[in-house]
Amino acid sequence: MELDERQKSDGGKEIVSFRLGEEEFGVEIMSVREIRGWSKATPLPHSPPYVRGVINLRGAVLPVIDLNQRFGEAPSDPSSRHVVIVVQVENAQFGLLVDAVSDILHVTQEDLQDTPDVATGETRAFIRHLVALDDRMIRLIALESIFTPMTAEAA
Amino acid sequence: MKKTILAVDDSRTMREMIRAALESADFEVALAEDGEDGLSALERTEPDGIVTDINMPRLDGFGFIEKVREQEAYRTTPILVLSTESGPELKQRAREGGATGWIVKPFDRDKLVSVLDRLIG
Amino acid sequence: MDPMEEIRQTFFTECEELLEALEAGLLSIHDGTHDEETVNVVFRAVHSIKGGAGAFELDALVRFAHGFETTLDEVRSGRLEPGEDVVATLLRSADVLSDLFAAYRDGAVPAEDTAQSLLVELSTLSGAPAPAPAAAPPADDGGFAPVPLALDLEAPAFEPVPLDLGGGDDADAADEAASPLRHYAIRFRPKKDLYRRGGEPTLLLRALDALGELDVAVTGIDAADPAALDPEEPCAEWLIGLKTAADRADIEEVFEFVSDDSDLSIEALLGLEEPQAPQAPQAQEAPASAAPAPEREAVPPPAEAQAEQAAPEPEAASASPAPSQSEGQSKPVVAPKATVRVDLDRVDRLINLVGELVINQAMLTQCVEDSGPMNREVATGLEEFHQLTREIQESVMAIRTQPVKPLLQRMSRIVRESASATGKSVRLRTEGEATEIDKTVLERLADPLTHMIRNAVDHGLESPEKRLEAGKSEEGTVRLTAAHRSGRVVIEVADDGAGINRERVRQIAVDKGLIAADAQLTENEIDNLLFMPGFSTAKEVSNLSGRGVGMDVVKKAIQALGGRIAITSSPGRGTTFSISLPLTLAVLDGMLVRIDDHTVVLPLTAIIETFKLQGGELHRLGQGGHVLSVRGEFVPLVDIGSELGFRDRVEDYEEAVILLIQTEEGVRAAFVADGIDDQQQVVIKGLEDNYGTIEGVAAATILGDGRIALILDADNLVERAALPPGETSAAA
Repeated sequence: MELDERQKSDGGKEIVSFRLGEEEFGVEIMSVREIRGWSKATPLPHSPPYVRGVINLRGAVLPVIDLNQRFGEAPSDPSSRHVVIVVQVENAQFGLLVDAVSDILHVTQEDLQDTPDVATGETRAFIRHLVALDDRMIRLIALESIFTPMTAEAA
Repeated sequence: MKKTILAVDDSRTMREMIRAALESADFEVALAEDGEDGLSALERTEPDGIVTDINMPRLDGFGFIEKVREQEAYRTTPILVLSTESGPELKQRAREGGATGWIVKPFDRDKLVSVLDRLIG
Repeated sequence: MDPMEEIRQTFFTECEELLEALEAGLLSIHDGTHDEETVNVVFRAVHSIKGGAGAFELDALVRFAHGFETTLDEVRSGRLEPGEDVVATLLRSADVLSDLFAAYRDGAVPAEDTAQSLLVELSTLSGAPAPAPAAAPPADDGGFAPVPLALDLEAPAFEPVPLDLGGGDDADAADEAASPLRHYAIRFRPKKDLYRRGGEPTLLLRALDALGELDVAVTGIDAADPAALDPEEPCAEWLIGLKTAADRADIEEVFEFVSDDSDLSIEALLGLEEPQAPQAPQAQEAPASAAPAPEREAVPPPAEAQAEQAAPEPEAASASPAPSQSEGQSKPVVAPKATVRVDLDRVDRLINLVGELVINQAMLTQCVEDSGPMNREVATGLEEFHQLTREIQESVMAIRTQPVKPLLQRMSRIVRESASATGKSVRLRTEGEATEIDKTVLERLADPLTHMIRNAVDHGLESPEKRLEAGKSEEGTVRLTAAHRSGRVVIEVADDGAGINRERVRQIAVDKGLIAADAQLTENEIDNLLFMPGFSTAKEVSNLSGRGVGMDVVKKAIQALGGRIAITSSPGRGTTFSISLPLTLAVLDGMLVRIDDHTVVLPLTAIIETFKLQGGELHRLGQGGHVLSVRGEFVPLVDIGSELGFRDRVEDYEEAVILLIQTEEGVRAAFVADGIDDQQQVVIKGLEDNYGTIEGVAAATILGDGRIALILDADNLVERAALPPGETSAAA
């Protein structure tokens, strides 16, 4: 409730920020269901390489996306220190494999900047906004571009 | 204290309608599916008033009313018949068994409530 | 949801059940397997439908139900003998009632033509006049009139109402508009019966008090004598003065139900009310005369009244129809089992949670085992926990299962329709109605089963002439049976017709290019051609099972439910379609198979046998392909590890475990794995919601250690393993 109040008052939002290598990213907190430690995933046949497989999230079958690999970088080598951010996009849930979660930030509408043209096409598609906070730059992720459940035809 | 009405009807739809009507008027409502069920519900629910259908399996409304009246504790409890039937001979028969009143289905919610208010207080 | 809408839904659900009970009852009357209560059940079903329909103003349904009920009442009272023709009409009426109901449920406008003509038939049977179509509800008083809600406000209490002292209600209404205060003098003398029927004078006084200013005096008793207040000896009389803006009708309403049980007069004073009440009693007139109760005087109840109460119930009673031979025996009144209705979502949530519990239990057990030697209590406790969990799981699963009875019953209508459309005489026999199956399976079975039944009547059975020629009875029989068989439900549709004309089936398949002209097919293979897409044996498409829907569609629907369909036929004696279905969609008996460090689950139903590979059985075929010789038959080898992308194709299959698989189509294949871990029931978890569909994978499950294992789609894997073209697979 408190959250909604503040969002209404300045048009801003809460974001969860996390690290991937040296870079900092963020997702809107409203999309985040929970954050949990990495556990070994069951690989899925015929899946894109960035899908690490599925894990058991209290009885639900949750696909986990290696975000680093999704961005075209090398696959992560997950350890128990790695973290899975469980997000919800529309009716589907999936996990994002990231190095570590930094903190929860409140950003206002003015803090949000469009992604400059220098970024490559693919990266731009994944990043909705840039947030400049002090000397940090946080890339706010467009979750729906990361993963959507595939229909039979697409698979 | 809320007054309790025992509604006896073999139709689930009717039971739900009666329940909705009476609960909205702040009655406590107990439900039973036929006369037999109604009799066994008496003890459990100790109703202040009874609303019953006539045409029911096992024990119909007439039999139910008579059996209720046989019990000392319910000799004067108001019993309202709620039936699609409206034949005078049927009404007479219910009266003789000890029914307090007769309302024809489909019933009007306000009517049912005001009658019960009047009968039960 | 809006509460009325919710009740409306309840009504629709209840209606479906009532319609089922109605049809079942009529069918048992038809077959002569009914008892006394059956007619009552049938009558009540229609009666309840009418009642509910009235509440929701589903007029066409009310009208038809009323006519139907009237005829059933004749049957119930024994005035109308339920002979074959009568029951046929009643069955058709049940169909129409069902159609009208379905129209309302689906928000369509009910077509009343058939209904109207049937109403005429029904009224011929009952001797009552048929109601006019879609006209205003009949205003007859004799029995039930479908009273719309507004009318009900005036629904009389006990009749006759002796209150009306001749006052014009219209005048009352006019007066009320001005709402002047009026004075009434009310005399009220309760009779004994008033108390006996739960009337309570003080409550009536309170209700009057609510109308205005009240002034009450009690006469006729010595108020100081408490004994005189004994309700068994009512001799008190209330004299009530009421100053109110309410009109006479309001006051009368207060006394609505007690008017017959009391002497009552309501008198307007001071000329403020409309002039009327010419016969209004004088103050000290004998009270009894004011209430012209037609039946009897009040106190004490004459012996005749008591005798009447003790006498056998008159004919209108539903519970006791006319005395019959079985009167001497105690009536087999079986109490219906108590049931609760629960939202399916809640059940499914419970099933999910129990699934969690099963997994949690397995994980806990493993944890304890891993942590070193167990003491005896812990081991026993864990074992009991395991047992309990299992039992809970089975019980919860059972909640979702329902008897197939309603489904089988529904088919009798299909048989009737198909029979009359084809001019055949058909009897449907059903067995195993109590067999239970998952609700969802049950629902999705309706369409394929309908089609199979139509097919049996349409194509399976011969015409009456042909049957006679063949020395059979004119009437064909379709047998519909359900049974549990080794953890599955088997449903069979069998006709006693001519059997499949294999010559013709083969020719059609050749003509349609489905098989080569010189193909060598076994009888069974020919029979299975019926399941091929685009196959239709009917020379001209009949209006029933035609419409381009073939048995292939039926087969797909059954497969989608995790079921299999098979066909057997014997010339001259008939054809049997047999469906085998899982009990539930929520769990599956699976074999846990190891491939490297992956564990996958294969449905037990797909596995014929398992064995270790011995040298010499394996033969190379094409590039990287292998076939395995199993008792003289060559089956293709499917390396599921590489098929699923878990590893490259293995070159050395020595010591590998082989799972011999048979698909729904009867195609066999040998799956290669590293080992078999276990055989257990697994909880099915869909992948679609969060991930999507995966080729070769049907679903997932959670293992005892909390990890996820994939449940493989054996058929799909065999298909994908698309063999080197040529000699192998076709003939099995």
